Amino acid sequence: MAVDTLAADGAAVGNPNRANYLNTGSGVLSWLFTLDHKRIGVMYLVAITTSFFLGGVFALLVRTELLTSGPTIMTADAYNKMFTLHGAVMIFLFIIPGIPAALGNFVLPLMLGAKDVALPRLNLTSFWFWMIGAVFAVSSIIIGAVDTGWTFYTPYSTTTGTAVISMTLGVFILGFSSIFTGLNFIVTIHKMRPEGMTWFKMPLFLWGLYSTAIIQVLATPILGITLLLLVAERALGVGIFDPTLGGDPVLFQHFFWFYSHPAVYIMILPAMGIISELVAVFSGKHIFGYKFIAWSSIAIALLSFLVWGHHMFTSGQSGITNMIFSALTFSVAIPSAVKVFNWLSTMYKGSIRLLTPMLYVLSFLFLFAIGGLTGLFLGALSVDIHLHDTYFVVAHFHYVMFGGTVIAFLGGLHYWWPKMFGRMYSERWGQVSALLIFVGFNLTFFTQFVMGSHGMPRRYYNYVEEFTTLHQASTVGSYVLALGFFIMAGYLIHSLFRGKPAPANPWGSVTLEWETSSPPVAHNFDHDFLAGDPYDLKSLKYDPATQGWVRKDPQSIILSEGGAH
Amino acid sequence: MIATGLLKLLTAVTGSLPDDDGSSFWMPPQVSTVAQGVDWLFNFILAISVFFFLLIVVAMVIFVIKYRYKEGQTAEESPTHNMALELTWTVIPLILVIAIFIFGFKGYLDMSTPPSNAYEVLVEGQKWNWSFTYPNGYIDSDLHVPVDRPIRLVMGSQDVIHSLYIPAFRVKMDVVPGRYAKAWFQATKPGEYDLFCAEYCGTSHSDMIAHVIVHPVGEFETWLEKASNFLETMTPVDAGRKLFQVRGCQQCHSTDGSAKTGPSLLGVFGRTQNLADGSTITVDENYIRESVLEPQARVVAGFEPVMPTYQGRLSDPEIMAIIEYFKALDGASSEE
Repeated sequence: MAVDTLAADGAAVGNPNRANYLNTGSGVLSWLFTLDHKRIGVMYLVAITTSFFLGGVFALLVRTELLTSGPTIMTADAYNKMFTLHGAVMIFLFIIPGIPAALGNFVLPLMLGAKDVALPRLNLTSFWFWMIGAVFAVSSIIIGAVDTGWTFYTPYSTTTGTAVISMTLGVFILGFSSIFTGLNFIVTIHKMRPEGMTWFKMPLFLWGLYSTAIIQVLATPILGITLLLLVAERALGVGIFDPTLGGDPVLFQHFFWFYSHPAVYIMILPAMGIISELVAVFSGKHIFGYKFIAWSSIAIALLSFLVWGHHMFTSGQSGITNMIFSALTFSVAIPSAVKVFNWLSTMYKGSIRLLTPMLYVLSFLFLFAIGGLTGLFLGALSVDIHLHDTYFVVAHFHYVMFGGTVIAFLGGLHYWWPKMFGRMYSERWGQVSALLIFVGFNLTFFTQFVMGSHGMPRRYYNYVEEFTTLHQASTVGSYVLALGFFIMAGYLIHSLFRGKPAPANPWGSVTLEWETSSPPVAHNFDHDFLAGDPYDLKSLKYDPATQGWVRKDPQSIILSEGGAH
Repeated sequence: MIATGLLKLLTAVTGSLPDDDGSSFWMPPQVSTVAQGVDWLFNFILAISVFFFLLIVVAMVIFVIKYRYKEGQTAEESPTHNMALELTWTVIPLILVIAIFIFGFKGYLDMSTPPSNAYEVLVEGQKWNWSFTYPNGYIDSDLHVPVDRPIRLVMGSQDVIHSLYIPAFRVKMDVVPGRYAKAWFQATKPGEYDLFCAEYCGTSHSDMIAHVIVHPVGEFETWLEKASNFLETMTPVDAGRKLFQVRGCQQCHSTDGSAKTGPSLLGVFGRTQNLADGSTITVDENYIRESVLEPQARVVAGFEPVMPTYQGRLSDPEIMAIIEYFKALDGASSEE
């Protein structure tokens, strides 16, 4: 398809070199000072991918060290820094901004048929704050690294000789970046929905981003205050958490988890939103139980604020507190289960295309089921006493965070890649890499469930002999996982230069981001929309000429002709 | 009959079939009175999880095969929502999690309420060793207990948060500085079991391992009496070595010349030592005594001032024994 062809709705397809947001303005400054949400999204994508690579390298070093009990490639102190950096980089630099700031920034205004987010300057500020926060966090590595674990528990974190202040200030600044993105998304979704898009006609990804944004705005300040108190104690000797200064170390845990538990849902809610989009499109069917899925996102966002105490069942908090938190914790299981059943029902009687994004959906359902169900063990008080702070917990949250969030992120990345860059990637290599990641992940982390329930504590440099085989299997798994990502990097980068030009709507999706060309023009759309049902897949037909999908009735979604608003 | 058969099949499939010592594919041996209850709930949740996991994955696989895209064919008509169905899969999980919650809470109550006649052992965690103080004042680095008798632990920390964890007993409790943490258990089988620190506490966190030695009926008292009299029954050098091993010194000081968190004590006595402030000192009885009681006073060059004080924790005869032991570490009579 070397020649430009015009699709029925007027968007040109087939030539990624025509005018679009990527080639409107050139040079580094045109990127760094852009107000275009798409460019900010792409910059975020580059930034978080780099962080993911860095965090992944730390993870591989940790796993390699654990090949043998005793020293393998590094000292105990170096190991303690490695797992801390792995956790801190993955959580604060990658997974929290991951889906909202990278994919969300790119997709959200397009899904609304809008020109940009409501507050483009705030959006750029968010990215800049991310960069500054990242510089602080990463510079802590150079000035001696941090060995507290990503949780910064006191009084260890206020007494250790490592660069805790630099790291926590970094995380403090990153928090602002997160709040700005959340605020922007809330305003944008409230004020900029197109004609016809009522709350219950929003694509479910937007429900995911919206409920995420609520948590970002409400919970992140708590982390900021907590970290400031931590810095005050370390730098000024103000006694807040350190018992020798009259403080209470468990208070830190309450503050920390009051943010960090909701933060888990900052990570998973947008991932669930992606899965809702993908499962409908690749099953060729309307999403099943739209309202239950939408409400369950809101339910999860609200309940997420009430369960932090389950991180502290063994901390010595009172039995009655433990009872209440255990009961509340189980309530979160319900909306998650509802979503899984709804996604499955969407596949029922569908017309399922097993393309790369759909493979990630299947992978997500498999892994998230395990991640969610193993949460039941940890919510049950008596069983948690045994499993707390063991590898069982490590495996559980990796099944949720990686098996859930990262897998959904990858699904979303492959789904929106053609829209972002106007090129198709190699489907065959996409499938190979998805399979390797699935196999490698399970080998890495399923073994950790077994170690954990046998009593292997987390954050251990050495381990007792009985765990050797399982540790080695886990490490081999991490190498397979890395190979999968290596291949992915290869074919995605290749596609940027040699990929087949992407049509405007390669998958057959009804949401509005597919109504513009791939990649989109700088102003997104030439007209305003009259939005309909975002899952009415029957309104599309395949167009062999462009190898993409087009509306059967292109006029049905157009509000007024000519000019963006 | 069929029900028991099914149950056996289920336990075998899910890996929860117990061995003779109560261990299974998932769990370590059961050596305390609460272990069986914890494992029962673990297996109950496991059965529920396996059921739902299979339900999800089997449905997924069947749908993928049956409804796979075929050329020129679109999705069949089917409803986009069904209130009755969706309420069903909201309510059934709700009932199940309520049941799990109740079982978990009941088990937890048993685990956190010690019987009134429990034998009390004081526990102290510090970077990076445990010490256990018995009612007669004797201190050991391992936890010795009699079988079939409730034991109550009253625990404190010298520095940061630690967590006492005995997998075979299914017992875990954080040891937080500035307050006392309590835990209890009743061991059911004599033997030796691992005791871990489960809350990250720095460099040698993973070496903060002690053992629980469960003594058969009648033998614990004999052991305690014999162990308590070591200052009288042993030579000062042997007594010093024992103190060195059980009171946490060897976590940071080697006796073979290799530096750990602290300097090695091989040939330490009479050595000329460079100090962090640039001066030098010849190690004698008084410097050793000072380093034990006021470790931060004169720190050896090249090491962090991290050693905790033993003021009030070692008696004069004990410090004497330790000094005699250090004198014997002259390199000529090599240790271990």
